[in-house]
This record gives sequence, structure tokens and C-alpha cells, in this order.
Amino acid sequence: MGASFVPIVVFTVLWGVVGIVCPIFAPKGPNRGIIQVVLMLTAATCWLFWLCAYMAQMNPLIGPRLDNETLIWIAHTWGNPIANGTK
Amino acid sequence: MTLCQLFLQSEAAYACVSELGELGLVQFRDLNPDVNAFQRKFVNEVRRCDEMERKLRYLEKEIKRDGIPMLEIPGECPEAPQPREMIDLEATFEKLENELREVNQNAEALKRNYLELTELKHILRKTQVFFDEMADPSREEEQVTLLGEEGLMAGGQALKLGSPYRHAYRSAVMFACNYELSIHHEGGANTTESMTRALISDDPNKHMGHVQLGFRDKQESLEFLPCFVAGVILRERIPAFERMLWRACRGNVFLRQAEIDSPLEDPSSSDQVYKSVFIIFFQGDQLKTRVKKICEGFRATLYPCPEAPADRREMAMGVMTRIEDLNTVLGQTQDHRHRVLVAAAKNIKNWFVKVRKIKAIYHTLNLFNLDVTQKCLIAECWVPALDMETIQLALRRGTERSGSSVPPILNRMETAEEPPTYNRNNKFTSAFQHLIYAYGVATYREVNPAPYTIITFPFLFAVMFGDLGHGALIAIFGFWMCYKEKPLQAKKIDSEIWNIFFGGRYIILLMGLFSMYTGLIYNDIFSKSLNIFGSSWRSNYRNDTLADNKLLQLNPDSEDYLQYPYPFGIDPVWQLAESNKIIFMNAYKMKISIIIGVFHMLFGVCMSLWNHIYFKRRISIYVEFIPQIVFLTLLFFYMVLLMFIKWTSYGPTPGKLGSDDPDVIRTSAYCAPSILITFINMMLFKTDPNTRPQCDDVMYAGQMGLQKMFVVVALLCVPIMLFGKPYFIMREQKQQARSQPLGAGPEGAEGAQAENGAAAGAPAEAPHGAHSHEEISEVFIHQAIHTIEYVLGSVSHTASYLRLWALSLAHAQLAEVAWNMLLRKGLMSMGFQGGIFLYVVFAGWAAISVSILVLMEGLSAFLHTLRLHWVEFQSKFYAGEGYLFQPFSFEVILDSAGQAEE
Repeated sequence: MGASFVPIVVFTVLWGVVGIVCPIFAPKGPNRGIIQVVLMLTAATCWLFWLCAYMAQMNPLIGPRLDNETLIWIAHTWGNPIANGTK
Repeated sequence: MTLCQLFLQSEAAYACVSELGELGLVQFRDLNPDVNAFQRKFVNEVRRCDEMERKLRYLEKEIKRDGIPMLEIPGECPEAPQPREMIDLEATFEKLENELREVNQNAEALKRNYLELTELKHILRKTQVFFDEMADPSREEEQVTLLGEEGLMAGGQALKLGSPYRHAYRSAVMFACNYELSIHHEGGANTTESMTRALISDDPNKHMGHVQLGFRDKQESLEFLPCFVAGVILRERIPAFERMLWRACRGNVFLRQAEIDSPLEDPSSSDQVYKSVFIIFFQGDQLKTRVKKICEGFRATLYPCPEAPADRREMAMGVMTRIEDLNTVLGQTQDHRHRVLVAAAKNIKNWFVKVRKIKAIYHTLNLFNLDVTQKCLIAECWVPALDMETIQLALRRGTERSGSSVPPILNRMETAEEPPTYNRNNKFTSAFQHLIYAYGVATYREVNPAPYTIITFPFLFAVMFGDLGHGALIAIFGFWMCYKEKPLQAKKIDSEIWNIFFGGRYIILLMGLFSMYTGLIYNDIFSKSLNIFGSSWRSNYRNDTLADNKLLQLNPDSEDYLQYPYPFGIDPVWQLAESNKIIFMNAYKMKISIIIGVFHMLFGVCMSLWNHIYFKRRISIYVEFIPQIVFLTLLFFYMVLLMFIKWTSYGPTPGKLGSDDPDVIRTSAYCAPSILITFINMMLFKTDPNTRPQCDDVMYAGQMGLQKMFVVVALLCVPIMLFGKPYFIMREQKQQARSQPLGAGPEGAEGAQAENGAAAGAPAEAPHGAHSHEEISEVFIHQAIHTIEYVLGSVSHTASYLRLWALSLAHAQLAEVAWNMLLRKGLMSMGFQGGIFLYVVFAGWAAISVSILVLMEGLSAFLHTLRLHWVEFQSKFYAGEGYLFQPFSFEVILDSAGQAEE
């Protein structure tokens, strides 16, 4: 599995706090129910969306096909200097 | 919601209804539906209110005409006045209206006078010019060439007088005049010279004398005096006027006209019109009458113009003084009118509110019934059960205000009627509630999807819209509208489009915020990507390979991929991969569309469970909810699980990149199956014949067996859905028939069961009483329709959610096109002129971005989200057959009246 531990924990905890912990502290009043529903749904949908994006990329089946100019540039800026010879 | 009866003492009725109107929590029913509007009890009062409103509208029109600003009511609306105040108000309005009408009439008369005097002034000035021209023969351009005797014999010369195009009939006129005169003329040129001068001669006798020279012996001599009329006519009518004169008088009249430079004000219409002064010379009474008639026909106003210059000068001076006097009087009249209107403008909004409230109260009182003793009014109303206390308080307040001693009575009534649906909303939730109600008002006490729509609607919109930049624009717009809510509301802007946007300001704000989030996940800001955390892809190609190949692909099963994904969203490298970005994004977006869709639909089915529990439909839980959820889960949620399994099971193995080990290959990208093919094969009970030799034909152990079981169980759910409920209803009816043998003959079985069912009142099955009214065949058909709708719907709705993918693809592509075709050209241009070019190109790119990408795509995504909610989500549980609770509320009435008048 290509999953890395840190982002999963960070985002799950983040949305967990928003969706599970914050509703407990929703201000009392006529709008308490609505605020709880809003927080929970926001957390659920946003976490699910992030999770799908993460899982779709952790074990990629194809890679990007890039222009050779782009490849040169990303090799230059993303720290993989170009070696001589053929691949 | 309870149906209540309200007993009000007649004196207290007005005040109580007023208090209830302020509260806005009671919906009255019409207890006199058969009574004509003109026969109701309070029809006179309503008529008086209408009359007052008419007067107020007249006042408002006058105030608007003068452009006086009307003060808005600050803060609270004024309360409905007491009935005795109504008489005072009526008197005030009457007085104001009469005063205003009088002032207007006077002003009109004065203006008419003023107009006449002004026209007379112009006439006097212009005719002076005419007479001057004719009297001065030394002037070159206006040379008066008279016909001499020789000239006459020769056929006459043209008489040049001013504009050449008139010379035709003018010459003819002069020719005719001269011809008549010359026959009898006594001298040579002398007489003819003096003939023209005679036309304008100072001495009227001399004038008559000269001309009459030849005619003295004729009796009709007096008729043949060349006289003139002077007047004023609209400029547009002059050509037709001339033609008519020429034809009617056979060319025997002579017209001279001059334009008045400044426009004059028409008194009745207050328009500025251009007029011309004209003077017509003619001879004889017949011509005079003809000329006068023609002038009348063309609505030219004739004025008495003295012939002698001295008289004219005197008249002119008199006219000037009178004009000045009139001006002063007019000014004072206008001032007075202005003062009256300003005083009225201060209170007019207030008065409108009061009058509308009174009218509303009397309309409501008309709905009441008068009881036998004529002392008390009876009303029936729907009242939210939780608000009974507040309403009682309001009624008590009303009774105190009216000084009545008898307290009003609010009685609950039992009824089998369906009450109206009332969902309490605040300004935030009401917009979402309206979105739901636009499809259909919820059945009484049904679960309300609006609170969940608050988040799911913007979220689904954002999945289709996903762009950080465009989302930011929408969010800013929404935020501005919400921040400036009060001032914008106070402005009362007329435009309907603005009102639609403003009404949905919270929706727009949320849509913008969620779009920013999905834009971050899609890594798309105006079609560019952000590289916040560092891409997980590297280039390992060497320079010779790079030099030889234009396009090269990175291989995830190698060092190219760092074996851990970009932590938040789509890797920025994909935006650079213009050739195969779409392939990856399609696979990703289609999967997330189905995942989100299946979750949304499962949520919808769960809402139906809520409904069943509340309405105590236990049978429905077993034969409707459970099969529905099993069907959806075993087929479509299983497909979602397959997607997650594929995401985790197939891909590069970190320790063994590019290995040939068959175990590694089995879990590599080479062997990843297509979810769609897998699903189709599952439904058809097949295995994929085209599996590659190195690959397994299953994704996990036991897949085939499990899938077969899922399909069988899901298909078994269909007959349960189809026949379960009708079977139970039939069984129930038979039970009731057996338990009530009296009066339950076979033919009366259905009808008797209805009554018995209701009378026996099995408590948990009370709602089923309604069902037993139905024919059993109806129940079967009903259930069949529901089942088919659900089963086929689950397939089609799942596919329908793919629009989330389609629209987000369209949006991304449009953004890319806009950038590449427009802004890139500007950014790549060099030098100073490049700067200017970029400035211009940016304007074009921004215009396209806002109009097409934000507005058009936004509207499109909004519509599709709405459809997804209304059809795919709500069809799983929503009945929507209720009617809205429309309480008697002054706020609502005043708002709608305010909008109606605009």
C-alpha cells in the first residue's frame, strides 16, 4: 500500500474533531440541532471527498505523460537533476 | 398543528385580530365560503379602506412626479389604528386630496394662460418682422418685385419674398390681387406700390380706401378687404396646414410663418413642444371663414393681432407685464403645492401601512361567523400546537386594548382533515427550505430534508464546480451580500434577478466555500495547479531520451513515483500532463461520482425509515425499507466497496518495483480489473473471458460466490417489495372482516370494513384505516409502480450521478481553454507593448471567466444539483403532498403589497 501514515491521521482527526467533537459544544438555543447537523454533514462529506482523492492516488495504475520540456523543467525544479545517457 | 375555534366578543374582535396579525402564527379558515364578497358583514369598511388607498395612491403619484423623497419607516411598523382613528384618517386624506386637486387645476389654468400670453408675445414679435420685411423695398433678398402693367401683360413676374419655395403660390396670390387691382388701378406703379404698403398701412381708412378704390362701386366691396389672421401652430403640422390652405382657398391666401425657437410647455401634458407663428393674408369673408375653419381643424390658436405697429408695441408691453405677473403667481402656486406634498410625503408610508393593516383586519373579520346572539364572532383557525401560549397572550392583550370585559376563548377541535405543513425557519434555513418546497410541500409531519440540504446541496454543487479561483469569486459575492444584508434589504431594489440572487445569498456563500474546498482537492485554480506539499512524481529520464522523444510517460512502478501520494488533493503533476490528464481524472471523478451518489441515495432510503417509524408503519419497515436497503446495498454499495478494494489492492509494490515475480504482477497495475466489467459480469453471473493469463479473475478470495449470493438476495427483494405490503393489507382487511361479522356482508365488505376499521380503531394501525378504503387492486398497482420505480430507479439514478463527473470535466476544460487561448497569449507577449496587450487580454479573459465559467457553469451546476436532490434523493422517501401553512401576518401582507405596487 502506498499510503503514508501522517496525512491520513491528520485529516481524519481534523474532520473527526469537526464532525464529532464540535457538535457537543454547539451553543444551546433554538439552532442547536441545525448547527450539529451542519457540522456533522460537513465533516462527513469533506472527509469522504479527501479520502477518495487520497486513495485514488496512493496506488496509481498509470503515470502522467509529459512534454519533454516539462520533464526538463520539473527535473530542474523538483530536485532530480538530469543524468547523461539514455534511460 | 391544531384546529381551534376562536370566540371573540364583537367589540374585542378588531383588536384581537390586530394582535394576531402582528404575531403571524394563525391561519384562519373561511367560514363563509358561499357568501358573495359584497354581502359580507364588513364590506363597507373594506370599501372605505379601498377609497383611502386610492387617495393615498393619488398622493403618492403626485409626490413621485415632483421627485420628493418619501421617508421610509425607521424600525418597527406602526400598529393598526383603532376603528375610531379610521375616521380621522379618512378626513385627512379627503382634505389633502381636495387641496391637491384644486392646486393642480389652478396650476393648469394658469399655465394655459401663460401659454397663450407667450404665444401672443411671439406672434407680436414675429409679425413685426413680417410687416417690416414687406414695408422695406430696399432690402435685396426680400426684394418686392411688383407686377407692373407690362409685367402683367407679359404674364407676371415672380414676387420674391423670402423663402423661394413659397414664391409659387405667393406669386399667384399677388398676381391675383394685382390683377384685380390693376384692372381698376388708376395710376402706374404708384398704386401698385402703395397696394402692398396698403396691406400694412398705418391708416386703416387709407388702407381700406386704397384697396377699395376699384371696388367702391361694388356692393360687396366690404367683403373684399384683404385682412389677416395671426396664430400659432405646432411645427409638425405646418406643411399639411399649408397644403390644405392652398387647396381649400385655391391659392388665394398668403401664408407666412416663422419658427419659435424656444419650446413651449403644453399645460395638460407638461410636454415641451415646438411651435411656429403664422400669419395668413386673405381677402373676403368667405376666405376668412375657410381660413378660420382650417385653423380650427389643425388646432392652431388664433390671436387678435393689431395692424398698427404702435398698437402692437403697446400690446407687447402689456403682454410682457402680464407674463411676469403670471410667472409670479405660477411660482407661488407651485411652492404651495410643493409644501403640501412635502408635508404629505413625511407620513405617506406610515399611512399606507396603517390603511393596509386595517383592510387586512376587516378582510379577516369577513371570514368569521356571527353567532346567533349577534354578540360574538366565531373563527376557525389552524394554530401550531407549540404556540398556543403566545397566541393566548396576544388575545388577552387585544381584549385589554379594546377595553372589553369578556375574554376570548380558544378551543381545540378534533378533526380528520389534514393540517397544513409548518416548518419553522430562520433567515438562513429558509432559502434551503424554499428549494425543497419548490418541488412540493412536505406532507404533514413528514421528515423535512431541508436541514440536510444545507450541506449536501452546496457540496454536490462544489463537486461539479470545483475551482478554487471561481469558487473564491462566488464566495466573495455571497459574503458581501450576507455582510451587507441589512443595507441591501432596506434599499428594496426592483430587479427580479437581483432579488433571486439576494434571496439565495446564504446558498451562494456556502456554494462558494465548498467550491473552494473542492477546488483545493481537484488542485484547480483557474485551470492551474498549486504545489503546496511537493509533488510525488519525479522525472528520471536522461538527456538523450529527452532529446529524442517529445512525449514521455512516468511509470508509477518505478522511481518516478515516490510511493506515497500527494497528501491533500490531486498531485500538481497531472495539470502539466496535458495529454493524458483526462484519462486519470476520468477514472477518478467517475468513481467519486458513484461513491457520493450511492451514499446520498442510501441516506435518502434511511430517511424513509424515519418516516415509517414516526407514522408507526411497522409493516412498511419490514416489507419496504428492508428490501429497499438490502437491494441498494448488495448491488450498488458493493460496487462502491469494489472501488475501494481496487484502490487499495492494485498498484506498485514499494519494495519490489518493476519486479517480474508473478505474485507481484498479480497485484500490479497490469492486472487491475475494470469495475464496470466486473459489475456487469456479476449481474450476468459470468466471469471475464479476457482476463490476462498472469492475472487472477477475482479481486479477493470468494468473490464469485459472494457476488452470486448478493445478486440472488437482491433479486429476491424485488417480489418482497412487490407483494409484501398488499399481502399484509389484504390480511388485515380479512381480519377486520372476521372480527366484525355484523353488517359485514360480502358485498358490503369493503365499505363496512372502512367504517369498522375506523370504529374498531386498532391503535397502531390507524393510518391503515385509510388504506382499507382502497380497492385491493389499487393497492397492488400502487405497490407495483413503487417497486418498479425503485428498482429501475436505483440503476438509473446511480448512473445519473455521473453528471457530477461530466460537469466537473466540462468546467475544467472550459477553464483550460480560456487560459490557453486567452491569458497565455497575453502572458507570453514581450516588451512594453506586451504589457498593454496583456492588459487588454486580461479583460477578455476575466469577462469570459465570469460570464461563462462562473455565471453559466454556476447556473448549470445549480440546476443539476437541484435535480439530483429533487429526483434522485427525494424519490427515495419524500411524499410532498402537503399544503403550506399561510398564517395571517401583517408582515407578509405588507411585503406582497409593497412588491405589487412596484
